[in-house]
Amino acid sequence: MTMEAIRTEAVRAGDVRLYTEDLHLHYGDVHALKGINMEIRGHHVTALIGPSGCGKSTCLKTLNRMNDVVPRVRITGSVVLDGEDVYGKAVDVTVLRRKVGMVFQAPNPFPMSVYDNIAYGPRVHGIRRRIVLDEIVERSLVGAALWDEVKDRLKKPALSLSGGQQQRLCIARALATGPEVLLMDEPTSALDPISTLKIEELMAQLKRDYSIVIVTHNMQQAARISDYTAFFLLGELVECDRTDRMFASPRDRRTEDYITGRFG
Amino acid sequence: MARSHYEHELEHLHVEIIKMGSLIEGAIEDSTRAFASHDLALCARIIRRDQTIDEMEKAIESRCLWLIAREQPVASDLRKITTALKMVTDMERIGDNAADIAELTMRIAEKNVFSDSGHILQMAGAAMLMVRDAVSSYVHTDLVLARDTQRRDDEVDAYFNLIKRELVHVFKADESHLDNAIDLLLIAKYLERIADHAVNICEWVEFSVTGTHKSAQIF
Ligand SMILES: Nc1ncnc2c1ncn2[C@@H]1O[C@H](COP(=O)(O)OP(=O)(O)OP(=O)(O)O)[C@@H](O)[C@H]1O
Ligand SMILES: [Mg+2]
Repeated sequence: MTMEAIRTEAVRAGDVRLYTEDLHLHYGDVHALKGINMEIRGHHVTALIGPSGCGKSTCLKTLNRMNDVVPRVRITGSVVLDGEDVYGKAVDVTVLRRKVGMVFQAPNPFPMSVYDNIAYGPRVHGIRRRIVLDEIVERSLVGAALWDEVKDRLKKPALSLSGGQQQRLCIARALATGPEVLLMDEPTSALDPISTLKIEELMAQLKRDYSIVIVTHNMQQAARISDYTAFFLLGELVECDRTDRMFASPRDRRTEDYITGRFG
Repeated sequence: MARSHYEHELEHLHVEIIKMGSLIEGAIEDSTRAFASHDLALCARIIRRDQTIDEMEKAIESRCLWLIAREQPVASDLRKITTALKMVTDMERIGDNAADIAELTMRIAEKNVFSDSGHILQMAGAAMLMVRDAVSSYVHTDLVLARDTQRRDDEVDAYFNLIKRELVHVFKADESHLDNAIDLLLIAKYLERIADHAVNICEWVEFSVTGTHKSAQIF
């Protein structure tokens, strides 16, 4: 069987959901990603770890083409979602972003009501009927474990929520378009321990329905919440393995040095 | 970037383990000597010193737990600390076994007629060396030494069987020495246990390097 056939089969089996193949990215002269071959499994959490500037965010952003608009960016290789190259000519980026949602480090709700924040995406995709939107808003807020806290203040400005609530609102917003994959770039680094715990608990629930890729600088968080861990260094993917193996017996010396805090 | 504070703490842990190691080696040596010379004062000192060994065990355990809590170590760092936590239990038992020998010696009214038996002293020497090498294999993360030390358990077992056969032989010739023979056999048994604890330590050292304990991959 060819590599391609094996991969296609794995995707069909619901195993590897998304993968990159020899992915290179240049920001002008900066070679930020150097031939990344990474697999993201369905219904699992994959954590991307590595020192600052190693390319984690860049890699995450290539998965839903958030880098396209960066000036002087050059991308080669492929990112395959459900058997289709997301950089293919036929791909509609809006549809791609609906399938692959993103949550950022700092909560960034739009300056509008809680309700309108969630309804924003579905409206962009042409959903107008109130009853449908109501249903989506409730389902997304329930999914993000925020419904009970905001159900009586859906018309209030999103910016009046606490930081932790705002971040869960951003997760709800990402859920509203019915994604398959959720990308999160350091989603808890601006949050207090309790809010962080809530998001971590939430991720454990969300992975039943979504595939999650999270960038984190918190090694304990990666060990706690992820099933797979990918270690990046200087634009290379050094090692990607089951998290339990990675934090017990990493194969690469550089991984061991990093996770035991010996360089960074 | 080096984690200097953490490395420093780890070094401290090693120093404590080396200290505890030399205390238990001394206890084995003294207890066999006290037995051979029926030195009751030395016996009393050994039993008192066993408290210090117990306290060291607690101190090392506490140090390990704080290291885990503060540094949240993973991979080989976590194995190394877990190994310390496991092996101090065996080290403490070795101390107990030496104290047991001292207590037994104190209970005997007079000098055991077999106490100068060359084999018991040789056996004690072999067991003591196993303990020293077991501790040293931990401190130096020396897998070869750990494995070699485990194999030497057979030597100590052979001494035990030899001493047992000798005692049976002597007993058959002269039944009046039954008590003495049993005491000596008990001491040989304690020494044999000490060697077993040294083997346990080596098994944990093996784990600290490979993640495998008694052929089971556990971390
Ligand atoms: N828009 C950009 N234009 C030019 N260079 C960029 C751009 N974004 C990132 N880079 C460079 O690409 C490399 C990887 O950056 P990236 O943001 O992916 O790192 P990271 O692993 O997410 O780091 P951090 O942990 O600090 O967030 C760095 O050298 C960075 O300076
Ligand atoms: Mg980043």
